[in-house]
Amino acid sequence: MLQRIIRARETLLLGAILVLIALISTRFPGFIAPSNLARVFNDTSPLILLAIGQMIVILTRCIDLSVAANLALTGMVVAMVNLSFPGLPVALIVVLAIALGTAMGMVNGLLVWKLAIPPIVVTLGTMTIFRGIIFLISDGKWVNSHEMSAAFKAFPRAEFLGLPMLSWTAIAAVLLFTVVMTRTTFGRAAYAVGGNPHAATYTGIDVGRTQFWAFTISGALAGLTGYLWVSRYAVAYVDIAGGFELDVVAACVIGGISIAGGIGTIGGALLGALFLGVIKNALPVINISPFWQLAISGAAIIIAVAVNARANCEKGRIILKSAEHAA
Amino acid sequence: MIRRNFTKLLAGASLAASLMGTTAMAQDDMRIALVVKALGIGFFEAAAKGAEEAAAELGNVEIIYTGPTDTTAEGQIEVLNSLIAQGVDAIAVSANDTDALVPTLKKAMQRGITVISWDSGVAAEGRQMHLNPSSNALIGNMIIKLAADELPDGGEVALLSATTTSTNQNIWIEEMMKVMDNYPGIEVVTTVYGDDLADKSYREAQGLMQSHPDLDAIIAPTSVGIVAAAQAVADADKIGQVNVTGLGLPSEMAGAIESGASKSFAIWNPIDLGYSAAMIAHALASESAVAEPGAEISIGRMGTITLDDANEAAMADPFIYDASNIDEFKSIF
Repeated sequence: MLQRIIRARETLLLGAILVLIALISTRFPGFIAPSNLARVFNDTSPLILLAIGQMIVILTRCIDLSVAANLALTGMVVAMVNLSFPGLPVALIVVLAIALGTAMGMVNGLLVWKLAIPPIVVTLGTMTIFRGIIFLISDGKWVNSHEMSAAFKAFPRAEFLGLPMLSWTAIAAVLLFTVVMTRTTFGRAAYAVGGNPHAATYTGIDVGRTQFWAFTISGALAGLTGYLWVSRYAVAYVDIAGGFELDVVAACVIGGISIAGGIGTIGGALLGALFLGVIKNALPVINISPFWQLAISGAAIIIAVAVNARANCEKGRIILKSAEHAA
Repeated sequence: MIRRNFTKLLAGASLAASLMGTTAMAQDDMRIALVVKALGIGFFEAAAKGAEEAAAELGNVEIIYTGPTDTTAEGQIEVLNSLIAQGVDAIAVSANDTDALVPTLKKAMQRGITVISWDSGVAAEGRQMHLNPSSNALIGNMIIKLAADELPDGGEVALLSATTTSTNQNIWIEEMMKVMDNYPGIEVVTTVYGDDLADKSYREAQGLMQSHPDLDAIIAPTSVGIVAAAQAVADADKIGQVNVTGLGLPSEMAGAIESGASKSFAIWNPIDLGYSAAMIAHALASESAVAEPGAEISIGRMGTITLDDANEAAMADPFIYDASNIDEFKSIF
């Protein structure tokens, strides 16, 4: 029953995305072309990757505001490593990026777990610290396109079955974490911790440890995205992905992930990210005054969240009614 | 016991000595604060280098290079307040907002601090003079000239700016529109805004190429936008069809010039700009010059500037960079 409601909500969001695409294509017919939709998906891939990590964190009643800073720091480090050792294979760079991101996620996780500091405070702090470290290691300088090796820049663009590797990375992450969240002990523990931490403790789940692993996963994904981002835009500087953490949280909220924890799916995060991605990619081509664009993006987010809130609200009423009947 | 007393005495003596030392230094050195829009931007790092050069030339001048970590007026106000508290001799600021900094800068001037703005100006009541890197009219003309020179038969060009509220970019675009009559056949199809974010600028550039299939050039008068647009053109396999030009830094644009996505671009020399700002700040703070309309201020190796009615002055013409000189400049800034 519950699963059906969740599924229905995702169908609703998918429907909204399709309607949105249809509306856009009335103003700009080229938008609906498969090649363009593939391009939009590719452009949204970094957001999808981060939204997956964020979703798991939010599920455990936490929030990770440091994802964009983690991405930027990892991106800068791998770019600088590439600058110093241009011969290093890309596979090693990817491993390094994931390892770095994981380490930063673990710092967040440890602070939340062992010191029991509220996650919003921890990640607000580490967000600034990570950005600060970029200043320290880079001296505020950019790493530019001509300084990066060709192989470093080629990986996210390399095409496989018509889609760039950036898109494939996002698809792989969606599949992997769908399995993790629905078929593993960790996945179920994450839902239990967010749904009712006290009950979770009584069933033998370590709430802090689960939150720690959620932050670690979020960090790992942010690290991976850091490399992909820097190589895709072929530039690394302190401010890359500035403010992107808010997009990530917005994608999760649109995707029906409850900010109070315990509710949400990987599919929801994917659709939430795609919804934002479609809007971001459509606004430049449909000839809307740039002065209106911010307001339109904001309105779309509020409408999506309002729809979600209504869905939650109805569910609450049904439970109450059946409770009354039982009494 | 004796030893402990001796240690205390020694500590006290060295403390006193160090205190005296700093006081003496503070009296000797003129402290000029170079406040930038945000730390970590290549352009401003280069300007700081120029200011240091001026300091070395003048002697007894300490340059404090500072700014917020993101390009907000709020961040700059915090930085300015701490500089006022430190009691620096002069502040040379590149403003994130024309009006928001005025009250803070007024406070600085009331305390006897020389305040000038450079690069991105503040309203007249918030500073003693403003140094423009070049004149807005010259820049406006330059960015369209760069595009038009590659399009002898005319064509469609689009503008990719920073944010809708960026003072600099808006003025340059306005000046550019004024001289469009001199470039027959060149049509400006639209203006889009990349907010000085790499990803948004990239997306806007992609959008431009989609909604205007016959586009011949993208003019981006902002260093983040021009790099992102060049990358978008390269990724769309449109090198040779769409020329990216505008204002950028040689180190950041070297890749785009090499790939051919950009044939040429322009920028003034930020080193000269920081140098001139420091020179002017020193001249005004040491009272060897007065900021008033018509005043001439000597700026060392850059010659002399003349203040106009609004107490503003232009430093020099923007300089064009292309395949012939990019290698020489990319390692400088």
